[in-house]
Amino acid sequence: MSKYTEDDLREELKTKEYEYGFYTDIESETFPVGLNEDIVRAISKKKEEPEWMTEWRLEAFKAWKEMAEPDWANVKYKKPDFQAISYYSAPNSKPKYDSIDEVDPELLATFEKLGISLDEQKKLAGVAMDVVVDSVSVATTFKKTLAEKGIIFMSISEAIKEYPELVKKYIGTVVPQKDNFYAALNSAVFSDGSFCYIPKGVRCPMELSTYFRINQAGTGQFERTLVIADEGSYVSYLEGCTAPSRDENQLHAAVVELIALDDAEIKYSTVQNWYPGNAEGKGGVYNFVTKRGLCETNAKISWTQVETGSAVTWKYPSCVLKGDNSVGEFYSIAVTNNYQQADTGTKMIHLGKNTKSTIISKGISAGKSQNSYRGLVQISSRADNARNFSQCDSLLMGNECGAHTFPYIEAKNKSAMIEHEATTSKIGEDQIFYCNQRGIDTEKAIALIVNGFSKEVLNKLPMEFAVEAQKLLEISLEGSVG
Amino acid sequence: MELKEKLVSSFMAFEDTVDVHSPIHDIRTEAIKTFETEGFPTKRQEAWKYTSLNSVLKHDYSVFPKQENEIEFKDVKKYFIHDIDAYKIIFIDGKYASHLSQTTHDGIDVCLMSSALSKPKYRLIIENYFNKIASKDGLSSLNTAFSAEGAYIHIPKNKLVQKPIQIIHFSTGNEAALMLQPRNLVVVDENSHVQIIERHQSLTDNPVLTNSVTEIFTNKRAIVDYYKIQNDRESASLIDNTFVNQKQESLAKVHTFSFGGKLIRNNLNFYQNGERIDSTMKGITIIGNKQHVDHNTLVHHIEPNCESHQDYKGIFDDSSTGVFNGKVVVEKEAQKTNAFQANNNILISDKASINTKPQLEIFADDVKCSHGCTIGQLDESAMFYLRSRGIPEKEARALLMFAFSNNVLDSVKIPEVKNRITKIIANKLGVNIGFDL
Repeated sequence: MSKYTEDDLREELKTKEYEYGFYTDIESETFPVGLNEDIVRAISKKKEEPEWMTEWRLEAFKAWKEMAEPDWANVKYKKPDFQAISYYSAPNSKPKYDSIDEVDPELLATFEKLGISLDEQKKLAGVAMDVVVDSVSVATTFKKTLAEKGIIFMSISEAIKEYPELVKKYIGTVVPQKDNFYAALNSAVFSDGSFCYIPKGVRCPMELSTYFRINQAGTGQFERTLVIADEGSYVSYLEGCTAPSRDENQLHAAVVELIALDDAEIKYSTVQNWYPGNAEGKGGVYNFVTKRGLCETNAKISWTQVETGSAVTWKYPSCVLKGDNSVGEFYSIAVTNNYQQADTGTKMIHLGKNTKSTIISKGISAGKSQNSYRGLVQISSRADNARNFSQCDSLLMGNECGAHTFPYIEAKNKSAMIEHEATTSKIGEDQIFYCNQRGIDTEKAIALIVNGFSKEVLNKLPMEFAVEAQKLLEISLEGSVG
Repeated sequence: MELKEKLVSSFMAFEDTVDVHSPIHDIRTEAIKTFETEGFPTKRQEAWKYTSLNSVLKHDYSVFPKQENEIEFKDVKKYFIHDIDAYKIIFIDGKYASHLSQTTHDGIDVCLMSSALSKPKYRLIIENYFNKIASKDGLSSLNTAFSAEGAYIHIPKNKLVQKPIQIIHFSTGNEAALMLQPRNLVVVDENSHVQIIERHQSLTDNPVLTNSVTEIFTNKRAIVDYYKIQNDRESASLIDNTFVNQKQESLAKVHTFSFGGKLIRNNLNFYQNGERIDSTMKGITIIGNKQHVDHNTLVHHIEPNCESHQDYKGIFDDSSTGVFNGKVVVEKEAQKTNAFQANNNILISDKASINTKPQLEIFADDVKCSHGCTIGQLDESAMFYLRSRGIPEKEARALLMFAFSNNVLDSVKIPEVKNRITKIIANKLGVNIGFDL
């Protein structure tokens, strides 16, 4: 047996091309490039939004103009030219389809390549899909089943029209328009996204899921997701991303807001696999995302993410533990390879009494990539008996990559219990030797070890996603993980 | 007038008092320019996010003390570790106090920075080491610009210094408010060993701001053991900038004991320029009232097979604030690095707060790096155990807190220093027990 070494693996990783890189040619309706007040108004008009929404967008745009692009993150990239981006693009085949058969066949083929055939998905028990190609929602399945339970699951632009009072009440309450540079930009120009409302005491019978795709050359994607779990309800929400190969950098600045009212629970899982750029670090998606959840009394929000793609990631899913006894969780695997850069982590803001948070972060860096964990645990002076446990582990493959940890811990209450630990290691020669000796070849052994390293997080993913997540680890790291 | 402008404008006057022709004239001039552009750090800077200097910079500090002040040994004896024989370099209001000091030139140089800067026989050392590792930030540059006095310690090859060296800075309060800028240089050559104890003490309640810079060079296989005792009055503030440059197989240990002062900022930087180096930094912080202690550490692992150990314990009462910002950088050449960092804190009061940021930046794959950080309380069951055996609450609490910080004391090599710290801790916790357990 020829010896498969880490060097071989590294070589393989370098030459591994993005498997899902393809480009669907759908006629798109695209706005002229650039951003000004007129464009914001035009987007709003295009989406037939009410006046208050237009004003809300303009307010965000005004704030955005005053803001500077943040540069504190541990990433280096060429700043996008915000005037060189087209802010709206929608697949041309309008009006909306009533059934899946009406959908542009080329589009369906795209999904097939991604391995998410709508038909199959429909049949697969328990998964409703709200498929977003570029910016407009083109198909929504299982809507009826959900409607019976009173669950609202639709694109946010529809929700603005159909449930304006709900949207108006909650949008921007967790991530205000002026929160940060990218959130402000998103608030001004968001084209579409998902909206989900679970009524009081309802347990959502299936995993809700959306797939985001960036498709049109040069169009940034600005998704806006709003999930509201009313008192005593439960929902598990999946979000998965794959994007076609593209040479210029694409910008993705999404905002996700979760609101868990009293006794509610939201589980939000993400698999992110935007195009990471080629082996020379050319191209790739800029992923600047603001994700935040608000927990009322006894509520629980759990973020799980598998980050394998994007050239630059800048993402901190956070929990504001406002209510007493609320719980926040964050489970993350971030894999970087070649020239990828990831600066990701979470913020746990403890405001209520007896609040608990858990952070498990696994970073795997290979090639010439940089992987950072940046987190904040904040215990306010009124948050009695707050409890936090954080663990950040990094795995380095090769000595051209870097792993960084920036945990901020701020405690203002004497009853707080906070633990933080971090380790950095590589795949041990002895571990490989142990496997080899038992007849497992080196490639398999590395796969096993990486899988074991990330198991704690993979286990938190819903069944359907766990399989896909392992697949993505494969693409990102090597041929046979799993 | 703002303190910054005042300092910049008094630089000319300061230059007149020192030798303009000395080789470090250019260094000073360069440094004041850097300070002029950089200024004092603000909370907007990442490294100063949790510490604001505004409250200490507002006083109208006099930069040059006008008169020489005499103090009697008996009045200040308690601030010395007086039960051991030691070399002493004592300063009063920034001026050397010969009657309290005991310096030497017998085989080793334990003397003054002012003479080292002016006498030709020290020129080589000054040229090779002075201001070589001090960072070029605003505060260190300010010190460099005004560097005139401090301790100068040079231990040549193969010397085991028999007695520890005590450096004490007294301020008498004759000025309404005083700013001090002591500058120390410690050069330890191959195979030599030295122990140093440093203390800053104000004798009145007039505000004092000390901005100190210490450069330490440990050459091959040298050992430096440095103890900083910070138990000043609550009118005094201290910004301590210490830079340690280590060569191969050397060992440097810095213990920082912070119990007093209004605001203390410890910038402790280790640079490992060689293989098989060991760097240790440990600290105990016990504060109350409105005190603020900020430990900002950096270990830069540049070459392979080195180790670093950090262990900081903090106990915070009343409205005090603690900050720990520990940074470990492992360069990609520094394979087989073993870096460990721990920061444990106890908050006693609801108004006290702690901000901690243990930071790792790792570019090498074959390393063992870990950090741990906790914030918690005293174990109630342990308290109950002690109480049930008849130990009063206050003493029981003190015992537990002492036990909490005890492993930092384990590595203190001078028994007298250990005893003194134990006494200060007992005093600080308000109990009359010796902890001789």
